[in-house]
Amino acid sequence: MKKDLLVPSRRSVLKGMGAGLAASAFPGYTWAQSAPIKLGFQLHRTGIGAAYGRWYERTAQAALKVVNDAGGIGGRPVEILFEDDATDPKRGAEVVEKLANDGCDLIFGPLFSHVVIGSAPRAGELKIPYLVCSEGYHVASGMLNRWTLQPGITDVRSQVSSMAPWVAANLGKKVTMVYPDYAFGYDHRDFFTEAIKAQGGEVIAQIAIPPTETTFTRYLPQIPAETEVLYHVMVGPAVLTFVKELGDFYGSGARPQIFGFIDSLEAVDTASPGLEFLEGTYFWEAMNRVKQDGQTEAETAYRAAVGVDDTGASVTDAADVSTYSHMFSVWETLHTIKAGMEAAGYQSTADRQKFVEALEAMTTMAEGPGNPQGDKVFNGKTHQVFGHQNISQVTGGKLLRVHRTSIEDGQYADAVDYTTMSF
Amino acid sequence: MSFGPFLLLAVMESLVTAATLALTAVGLSLVFGTMRVVNVAHGEFFMLGAVLAWFVTTSVGGPEWIGFVAALALAPLGVAAVAALADRLVLKRLNYEPEATIVATIGLLYILQQAALTFYGPEARPVEPPFNFRIQFPWFGYSGYKLFVIFAAIAVLLAVWWGLTRSKAGLIMRATQVDRDTARAFGINVDRVYAGVFALGAALAAIAAVLIVPIQQAHYLMGGEPLLLAFITVIVGGLGSLRGTVIAALVIGLSDGLIAFFYSPTLAKILATLLVALVLVFRPQGLFGAKA
Amino acid sequence: MKVWIAHLAVLAALAVLLAVLPAYHATNLARILTLAVFATGYNLAFGYTGLLSLGHALFFAAGVYGAALPVTYWGLSPLPAIALGCLAGGGMAAMVGLLALRTAGVSFMIVTLMFAQAGYLTLLYFGQITGGDEGLVMPDATALIPGLSPDTARAVIAFALFALALVLSLAVIRSRLGRVMVAMRENEERSRMLGYNPFTVKLTALVLSGLFAGAAGAGYALLFGYAGASFATIQYSILPMLYVLMGGAGTTLGPLLGTAAMFYLVDGAARITTATLLVVGVALVLLILFAPKGILGTLRERGARWIP
Repeated sequence: MKKDLLVPSRRSVLKGMGAGLAASAFPGYTWAQSAPIKLGFQLHRTGIGAAYGRWYERTAQAALKVVNDAGGIGGRPVEILFEDDATDPKRGAEVVEKLANDGCDLIFGPLFSHVVIGSAPRAGELKIPYLVCSEGYHVASGMLNRWTLQPGITDVRSQVSSMAPWVAANLGKKVTMVYPDYAFGYDHRDFFTEAIKAQGGEVIAQIAIPPTETTFTRYLPQIPAETEVLYHVMVGPAVLTFVKELGDFYGSGARPQIFGFIDSLEAVDTASPGLEFLEGTYFWEAMNRVKQDGQTEAETAYRAAVGVDDTGASVTDAADVSTYSHMFSVWETLHTIKAGMEAAGYQSTADRQKFVEALEAMTTMAEGPGNPQGDKVFNGKTHQVFGHQNISQVTGGKLLRVHRTSIEDGQYADAVDYTTMSF
Repeated sequence: MSFGPFLLLAVMESLVTAATLALTAVGLSLVFGTMRVVNVAHGEFFMLGAVLAWFVTTSVGGPEWIGFVAALALAPLGVAAVAALADRLVLKRLNYEPEATIVATIGLLYILQQAALTFYGPEARPVEPPFNFRIQFPWFGYSGYKLFVIFAAIAVLLAVWWGLTRSKAGLIMRATQVDRDTARAFGINVDRVYAGVFALGAALAAIAAVLIVPIQQAHYLMGGEPLLLAFITVIVGGLGSLRGTVIAALVIGLSDGLIAFFYSPTLAKILATLLVALVLVFRPQGLFGAKA
Repeated sequence: MKVWIAHLAVLAALAVLLAVLPAYHATNLARILTLAVFATGYNLAFGYTGLLSLGHALFFAAGVYGAALPVTYWGLSPLPAIALGCLAGGGMAAMVGLLALRTAGVSFMIVTLMFAQAGYLTLLYFGQITGGDEGLVMPDATALIPGLSPDTARAVIAFALFALALVLSLAVIRSRLGRVMVAMRENEERSRMLGYNPFTVKLTALVLSGLFAGAAGAGYALLFGYAGASFATIQYSILPMLYVLMGGAGTTLGPLLGTAAMFYLVDGAARITTATLLVVGVALVLLILFAPKGILGTLRERGARWIP
């Protein structure tokens, strides 16, 4: 991002294609006369979420280009206004106001839960659709409001629950969990413990690690010797340390089966020095960062559009590894926005409510160019989408898929019905 | 795991923490002791050291240890240069006023963070350790490199101690620390001493970072934690007391590691934080400081 | 008397601005006023009494949760909740002050920082109740003052909080207590010899400061619908210090000016560059180099001696 330094650009309007260019390329197109649709993007450009934010921005740009090349939304060109929220809930709320004031038709894109929860009340009050790409359980739990939806990524509760049957059947039934000692970790703890119990297994130890920790070795002796499966999920810049120290700790001695969430290694190369011990261990992936045999046509196109090579790194810099299991949500959300707006006959900000109702009316999303991660089921009552999940094994330093869950594996009873709430 | 092996592991871990903490804190303590400057950007010098180490090791070819040795030499030099520049351009002009320097170093903190984010990026990146050697105990394995970190830190600390007490530069520094006006009267170039001390303090943080970066990764926000811990260590050890700082680093490293065995880790952090706060309340001059 | 008239004029101007500005800008002004209450409180401790605290995030967060918990779990209505938050901030400041004021200078700074850090971890530890890092969503703003639209209610409450804070701080500064506070800052030994107990004076200043911080935290949580542990992070201790230093420590209107300046600096930086941290960093360094007493403090030094 060197070129961005001090370049007066980011806030300025980004068009996949200038109106003039479009008009000359496609004679008869009348973009020049129709005002563009403006989408606000709440971006983690700085702060703890920056590694994700960078890829979210690239994915949004790529999706924008594809949508505009195909004629925009309802025949109108689309532009995205990016605004940095510093991965901070206070600034996040301010950014929602700012983007709304700048005339955005809706806002999308945040990942970190505290930013979503800090911003959603403002979006609700301003009556602007707020589409999050966060995987948090905060949407379907009923904590937020009618204007907040998550149509692009399955939530943690569903992801976690869908892992249990395969883990219990293939890895073992006595599980020790290592997770961060805050809300994101608790979702893993609570829902996996519940799900593995339903499979006849049990969680024999829960090791919570404080968020301020930078080294983990001293927590590892707490892993009981009879553990069959070690389940780990860590986030933040120290995750790689955790995985390396786990390797040092077990060394050449006996070790349990190891199953982790790829969150522990998002934006990190699995072939990094010190990670050799991951060979043979398993990971949850929403979308396989390494190109698999039989990759769909839609995913091939997606991979090329966002500039990710066959191993999951940037095509221009092999050391720049993508956040492949999360960033697809931005792409899919933008395509869902297009579908929703066109279904609602969206004309102006006066139609925001119609747009939300059109999304709530959606039920299934077919696998295809707009949904390269796979087909999905959308629950209009809980505002949450559900999709397939993958389990991969590190084989020769590469993550190869060994299992793909069904959508039913991750479904649970509704905790809320947003459609009964007022706008 | 039974208590014995756990204790062994906890002690080794604590020593690694204590070793790098001691280096970082001694750097902070030198700056505070000599210049009376509370350097809020100290953690960013640590971060900068780690980031530079990544740049050096990735651009130097050959076996890992060559890149590592190059980083150990170049990263602290680079960081020292940045620090000396900051001293000349900003701190000196503020005449080292305590409150003004706090604001200035907060500004510096933001500038360095942005520089790292822009030129290095938001990811955490690993650096190859100079050697991969694991010690296999009957109960667990342990990284041989971590033990090397302990010894390397001790060697650097001894060198600093020798430099301060035995060399002429150290004498000049201590003279400036005691009374800068008198030192100036005796023909000591105080400006140069200050620039040198500020650079040395930053370089020590950078050395600690180069040592730690094969264990933890370089990340643009990694400076916060060492800053906080280093501050605590310096105060507990007694301002300006090197011996106190080193002992405090040991105490803090060990207590943090051992309390975690008995309580839930977050609770342990709360207790440890309050404990240190209370030590300061009832012994504000620190464990080894003379009464201020 | 002139001073009072000047301050009332500033308040009147703010009221007019809140009334005539479009909703978006009025909301931003409400934010600034609420945070300025925090800064005004910080100024009492730091600017006037010379207490350099890095623990004010704890008092702010005490306000946030002092209001948010009763609202969430007992359905308390917002206005009494703000009062509770204010008391929580003051109470927390009293507890911290009783211990931390045994130290001074850098030790005081570190001790307050550590108490705040312990507070932050405590909020995480009781995450089931506090929402921890994710936080809690507050009831929607229509409930703030029944019958008023959210925007109006927000403007009214933010203005009332700030007006109260400004008038109160002016009254304190111009009272005997205020003069003793300044004396403490300038020369503690001398004021001790004049018969003042430094501990009592400093504790009073810190508790006042905590009350302001608590009110600001409570107001912020309820006006903008969110309470979370992030309000207890060190960032929220540094912010009021920056606001005060930018506007001018030891000036009554400096905190407001500094809060507004920082808000628009961050906001404006995003319009010209992606390197927002750089802009903030450079601005701080330039400020301290060329206007070390802050905006109002420097003006006062350069001849505008009437600035209070």
